[in-house]
Amino acid sequence: MSDEGVLPDGYVMVVGLEVHAELATATKMFSGAPNAYGAAPNTNIDPVTLGLPGSLPVLNKRAVELAIRLGLALNCTVQPSVFARKNYFYPDMPKDFQISQYDRPIDVDGWLELPSGKRIGIERAHLEEDTGKSTHVGGSGRISGADHSLVDYNRAGVPLLEIVSRPDIASSEEARAYASELRAILVATGVSDGRMEEGSMRVDANVSVHRPGEPFGTRCEIKNLNSLRSLGRAVDHEARRQVDALAAGETIRQETRLWDEQTGRTATMRVKEDADDYRYFPEPDLVPLEPDEAWIEQIRASLPLLPAQRRERLAEAAGVTPEQSHAVGVVVERGADDLALALIDAGAPGDRVLVYVEQHLGEVDPTAVDVAAVAALVAMEVAGELTATQAKKVLAVLLDEGGTPADIARTLGFEAMSDDALSTTLDEIVAQHPEEWERFRTGDDKTRGKLTGFFVGQVMRATNGSADGAAVTRMLRDRA
Amino acid sequence: MSDADEPVIPLGARAIAEAVAAGRITALEVAEAHLDGLATRDETVHAFLTVTAEQALADAEAVDAKVSAGADPGPLAGVPVALKDNLCTRGVATTCASKILEGWKPPYDATVVERLRAAGAVTLGKANMDEFAMGSSCENSAFGPTRNPRDPSRVPGGSSGGSAAAVAAGFAPLALGSDTGGSIRQPAALCGVVGVKPTYGAVSRYGLVAFASSLDQIGPFAADVADAALLLETIGGHDGRDSTSIPEEAPEISAHLDDGVDGLRVGVVTDLLGDGIAGDVAARVRAAAEALSAAGAKVGEVAIPELAYGLSAYYLIAPAEASSNLARFDGVRYGLRVDAPTTAEMMVATRTAGFGPEVKRRIMLGTYALSAGYYDAYYGKALQVRTLICRAFERAYADFDVLLTPTSPTTAFELGATTDPLAMYLNDVCTIPSNLAGHPAMSVPFGVGGDGLPVGVQVLAPALGEVPMFRAAAAIEEGDR
Amino acid sequence: MTERISRDDVAHVARLANLALDDDELTTMTRQLAAVLDHAADVETLELDGVEPTTHPLPLRNVWRDDVVGPTLDRDEVLAAAPAVVNDRFEVPAILGGEP
Repeated sequence: MSDEGVLPDGYVMVVGLEVHAELATATKMFSGAPNAYGAAPNTNIDPVTLGLPGSLPVLNKRAVELAIRLGLALNCTVQPSVFARKNYFYPDMPKDFQISQYDRPIDVDGWLELPSGKRIGIERAHLEEDTGKSTHVGGSGRISGADHSLVDYNRAGVPLLEIVSRPDIASSEEARAYASELRAILVATGVSDGRMEEGSMRVDANVSVHRPGEPFGTRCEIKNLNSLRSLGRAVDHEARRQVDALAAGETIRQETRLWDEQTGRTATMRVKEDADDYRYFPEPDLVPLEPDEAWIEQIRASLPLLPAQRRERLAEAAGVTPEQSHAVGVVVERGADDLALALIDAGAPGDRVLVYVEQHLGEVDPTAVDVAAVAALVAMEVAGELTATQAKKVLAVLLDEGGTPADIARTLGFEAMSDDALSTTLDEIVAQHPEEWERFRTGDDKTRGKLTGFFVGQVMRATNGSADGAAVTRMLRDRA
Repeated sequence: MSDADEPVIPLGARAIAEAVAAGRITALEVAEAHLDGLATRDETVHAFLTVTAEQALADAEAVDAKVSAGADPGPLAGVPVALKDNLCTRGVATTCASKILEGWKPPYDATVVERLRAAGAVTLGKANMDEFAMGSSCENSAFGPTRNPRDPSRVPGGSSGGSAAAVAAGFAPLALGSDTGGSIRQPAALCGVVGVKPTYGAVSRYGLVAFASSLDQIGPFAADVADAALLLETIGGHDGRDSTSIPEEAPEISAHLDDGVDGLRVGVVTDLLGDGIAGDVAARVRAAAEALSAAGAKVGEVAIPELAYGLSAYYLIAPAEASSNLARFDGVRYGLRVDAPTTAEMMVATRTAGFGPEVKRRIMLGTYALSAGYYDAYYGKALQVRTLICRAFERAYADFDVLLTPTSPTTAFELGATTDPLAMYLNDVCTIPSNLAGHPAMSVPFGVGGDGLPVGVQVLAPALGEVPMFRAAAAIEEGDR
Repeated sequence: MTERISRDDVAHVARLANLALDDDELTTMTRQLAAVLDHAADVETLELDGVEPTTHPLPLRNVWRDDVVGPTLDRDEVLAAAPAVVNDRFEVPAILGGEP
């Protein structure tokens, strides 16, 4: 959908996301079996993981700490909580019940701020255990056509935090921004590695549509969203599907739908039935959780700066607003904001620093950069001593071999043209292209923009790239 | 069966351990004698589902080797022990007397099994029980009932009937059972041995196949009170693998058995001496109270009418937890599988074929009690009744150190005599309240009823009240001599 | 007999519990469950308003362990006890429908 959140017939979409994040612990939620991705099948298992008769769960304290950590990062209230059993039969689940926090989750009532500044409410975040993994064999390899399935319980019992947003998300763009920001927070706080491709962060979307002022529509839960791209596409498709169905006089059934990345469609996986009676009751093998205030405060004090705070800090230093500058977001996401701040501190202008770090220093280990030298290089470019193209070449040598930008520029034979020499060259070019010049002189902004590119290109060709494009642009404007 | 004048139990645990440690007798001789005994006589009793003779002999030799080397062979050196078949034993079949687990060999040992081994005990095998510990007669075993060694036409009680019978028959001086609503105490009473349900959390449940997690406790059977104390001390104490384990060392009990009961306040619970309790059983409880009084205890009467509601609460809470605990028996990872085209059908077919009628009944009852629309009316209400029972005990223990009741309403009944499930449940009326409250309680033999069969008297104490409870039990035992 | 629980209720509960009951069993089960529930109705005479539920007999809180790797089981020993194994995984028949 090109127009954000706008649907036909005056409908708008209402989206809430449920994110399952695997916690970055060494062991499982309720036992000492390793929590490690990619091990040989059925090796990270112990009696508790397999739910063997007689086995008993013992809570991983680190998992609790990480849950509190994320709760605080999402501005939640951390409250006393209780584990419950969610009862249903499924071969991936060794005990045929899942231990999960139900009516007393550990984190409640928080919010997450998108880069746009909009706040998305967090209803709750609760601890639970992951299931094993089935591979479907025979038929199409998909669950429905398989002859049989093979179960690996390595993932069973891995600690999960399920983070449930309020239905405050109004477009696929916001859904992606929310998931992306949540992932950044999970990674920044060390709560999870947030790898969607390894399934350590999984997103389900609850989508409904309604007309403003009318009650919310029936929602469908969309599963199998393996990337942010899938999330965006699936939300758009599903909202559209619902509007089309309503337009055709159908009613929306409450159901779980599966996203198919290939076909770009969602399809019914299962309809919510009365049979979904999970018979929750307090887990009698575990005792209530009441983290004390001192511990919570200790965890709060140990929180790093969060992405939103870092964006704000960098934007302020660079003299831009975070909402305006895409580069700020990119730089923070790459973890290069400390480098950018150091460059600004060393005297380089903020706007140029953002461009440098975003475009040229993205793949570089920020701690290995000679801040003073790069700051000096930025200053040379800004002063017109080097063109952007030349500066880029100098930077490459600087990062590879070290040295000062002045020495490197000299070695490479980069002498920025003086304004006089540049002016003379430009005179010649203008004389050679009178028609273009006339159009430039009398044209509107659009025409001028196009022809600026033309003249800069001609000057560059004539000077083998040693001209400063910005200076040429300025001179063109001055003459017209 | 033994003649009346031949002692059924020739030698107790303490005597064996002492003799083995002193080198007067070898653990191997003890093991061989006990294995011989049960080989000839267990055909009638059927106390054991599995006898691990080879392992027992090997373990006994290891104990003897320690003794020869001058090392400490442990407090239970060479003492044979029977294990209820719901305690996990590595490499040894652990079936819970159910077809669904027939032949299942756990890959790990229960904490209590590890502790027994560390103490030098020699396990003889796995004792019969009601399937998944659900029953009061041992008739619900999928592998045939156990008979009462005192009278083979009678039940040994249940669910730990095999453990109680093993001790009563002299097959083993000690046995472990589990008690969710009376499953140690009631068979102890019916077989004429001592049976103890410790405070909830006093003994690790790790490796005990769960029936009802908030009620289950493992506890000892022994021929006398002192042996029971020794076994409890061995298996008790904190275990980090059980979140509900009390974070303390096992209490010292043996050292207090000779303390006597002078000044101990004993309350006879009048509500459990009237309706539904056989007259001869009630008479033995009153006689035990007199014995305690004669030994110096301050005996009084106390009415706790709330206890009568324990049965109702229990038969909703225990099945509810069981319905969830027994979900894992689905034919995927271990135990029985009945083949079917789809996993869902396979699970249903497996569970339908693998569980016996009583287990199904309780799974159904518990599933219903937790299901949408009925949770508050049944499970929720039962949890409130549980609170009332805890409060009622609290009031009673303001005036008394221990309480006295019958263990079972009757002496051992005939096999096949009780077919109505509800009537069978009523056998647990005296024992259930302690499970609901998490309190310790034990059954001590105190003479016989009108039919000449043993009667057990139950001593109840508040949480962690094992020492006064055992002191009272020792005095009752003394009064029976 | 009482209407405390219907045959349909019992059939529904059997489905939830993954048990199959034939007609006779359904009849017997309905009667037996109704009898137990009837007996349990004795608690209706108790004043339970405002009484806190007791889910657990111990007043323990915050029982946990450190995040330290412990022993794992031997895979071969575990798989040896499984009804069906393929490629070191537990084999099950076709799974219809998704995970709830």
